[in-house]
Amino acid sequence: MKNGRKTKPGQLERRENAIGYLFILPWLIGILVLVLWPMVQSFGYSLNKIRLLPQGMAKLYVGFENYSQIFLKDPDFIMGLESYLLETLIAVPVIVAFSLIIAMLLNQKISCRGIFRMIFFLPIIIASGPVMQQLADQEAASIPMMNVTMIEQLLDEYLPHVLAVSITSVFSNMITLLWYSGVQILIFLAALQKIDTSLYEAAKMDGGSKWECFWKITLPTVKPMILLNVVYTVIFMSNNEQNALIVLIYDTMLSATGGYGYASAMAWLYSVIESAIVIFFAVLIMGRKDVYERRARKYQRELKREKRLEKKIRKRGERNERNYAKQKAKQQRKGANKKSA
Amino acid sequence: MLSPEGREQIKYKARKFIFGSKDTEGVGKLAAVYLLLISIGFVYLYPVLYMISKSFMNLNDLLDTSINWIPSQMYLENYKQAFQSMDYWKTFRDSVVIAGIPTLINVVICAIVGYGFARYDFKGKKLCIGLLLFSFILPPQATMMPTYVFYTDIGLINSIKAFIVPAILGQGLKSQIFILIFFNFFRQIPKVLIEAAKIDGAGHFKIFRRIALPSAAPAILVVFLFSIVWYWNESYLTQLYVVGAFTSNAGGYHWSSLIVSLKNFENSYNTARSVAGSGMVDINESIEMAGTMLSILPLLIMYLVLQKQFVESVDRTGITGE
Repeated sequence: MKNGRKTKPGQLERRENAIGYLFILPWLIGILVLVLWPMVQSFGYSLNKIRLLPQGMAKLYVGFENYSQIFLKDPDFIMGLESYLLETLIAVPVIVAFSLIIAMLLNQKISCRGIFRMIFFLPIIIASGPVMQQLADQEAASIPMMNVTMIEQLLDEYLPHVLAVSITSVFSNMITLLWYSGVQILIFLAALQKIDTSLYEAAKMDGGSKWECFWKITLPTVKPMILLNVVYTVIFMSNNEQNALIVLIYDTMLSATGGYGYASAMAWLYSVIESAIVIFFAVLIMGRKDVYERRARKYQRELKREKRLEKKIRKRGERNERNYAKQKAKQQRKGANKKSA
Repeated sequence: MLSPEGREQIKYKARKFIFGSKDTEGVGKLAAVYLLLISIGFVYLYPVLYMISKSFMNLNDLLDTSINWIPSQMYLENYKQAFQSMDYWKTFRDSVVIAGIPTLINVVICAIVGYGFARYDFKGKKLCIGLLLFSFILPPQATMMPTYVFYTDIGLINSIKAFIVPAILGQGLKSQIFILIFFNFFRQIPKVLIEAAKIDGAGHFKIFRRIALPSAAPAILVVFLFSIVWYWNESYLTQLYVVGAFTSNAGGYHWSSLIVSLKNFENSYNTARSVAGSGMVDINESIEMAGTMLSILPLLIMYLVLQKQFVESVDRTGITGE
């Protein structure tokens, strides 16, 4: 062909896929302008002392002084961080386990299922910061029949004090924790309904009990959802308005002594710690092998070992054959020599 | 007298009746399940019931220790006063606008972006999805201060524009989740369908509008519902960006939202009281509960109407995979 450019193979497809950029363009701009750039800027802020003047911001570069000040001179933040860490590490497993149990209860064939579901999903709608605050002020966020002080005394005897206090706080904020698990129940329920019932039937035929069915069918199937729920819960709890640290950052930002720079340093520290928690849980869950993965791994190992053994035997056989052939040849030569002699 | 076998038989039958066999559920087990569900359900409902009961009590009922749950009369004065101090109608209208407009934009933009991710295989797609997940995990506090300064500079602060602009750029409230929902949903559309449309001469946007979007109705519904609920309940960012409790708003429209006004209920009630004079009583729990009730009432009504859509929503979006 003389006129007209050549189209290389795959070029058309590539050109078409470039349209994808057009579709995600708004988001691309958004993440650059509203996420990545402010993040960098925020880090820049955290290295400065910033004062707001009528003319604008007055920056003073101080290096990492803000960070060291947080650790050395700010008991509020450190204490808040401690209780936040403990609370999250205890509350997240509780919430996820609870929502899995409730989802399994709701997944059974029972009457009035619709009404129960309606009750359990209600918190998704109404559990917002100020509402929870109002309820907590009225002491309506703890179960009235539960004797928390007794539990605390009991735990205090066996556990270190810090741990006992945080476990007690789980009990005393039981309703709050339950209320935070609406979305998680929804996700688990959807996952449970997707499990093929023939799996359970097959297990039943083989004589598996309900207990075994849970560990060997239900849990491996919903494992990705557990990870999703854990991540969601950590993020929800960390960015929630009930969280004391969030309030502290907010107050510092607008206070005279703190200012933008100091608050930015706090926010950065907080983000790093939150990400660390998310990664910690993700590794914990994904690192844990279920029955099948363990079995498959064991099988693979055995297969490898067998192969190695086979190879060994084959090699030995070959060697023996070679030696045998050599010996035979020697003998023949000897025989020939004898004959000739 | 029963023979030992007969006794065994009865024992076996009783056990079967209570614990159930492999085929049928036993009565005892069923009762345990119901008991558990009802008690947990009660715990769930307890704060709401408490709120409703307290909000109807007058001062005498509050002080009377013999009255725990049921007020002596339907006392509506609490609601009247909370209504007045919150400036309910205006606040309600503002709330609807603050939650509604960003939600609509969210639905449109997230659908477009989700479709872009699902349908096209462009360079750097993996990186983009990684960034999407990263921005989901990142707490908003990390970017809050520069964003606040930025919005102030370009004049978005103290108006609903501070919610609209991020929504247009796909960075609205929890937009990342919604993009992922659409991404998951559009991936399930058979490629054959799109290729057939292409052969018939449809362009990229036409395919999106005429084929992808109509089939995504369940995802649209879910995103719409959750987005409106989350925007409605967001008090932190609303107060910072839209209501603007800190910088005085010279002229212009003063926005407010029900959740934010609930947050500052005590203050605003006291101011309203000092203005109104003798008409209003001192603030007490009942009035606070009435205020709380009023601020969640619109969502509660919406939930009761659309309850089924909420409950079945996650099923339909395919978050849980096929």
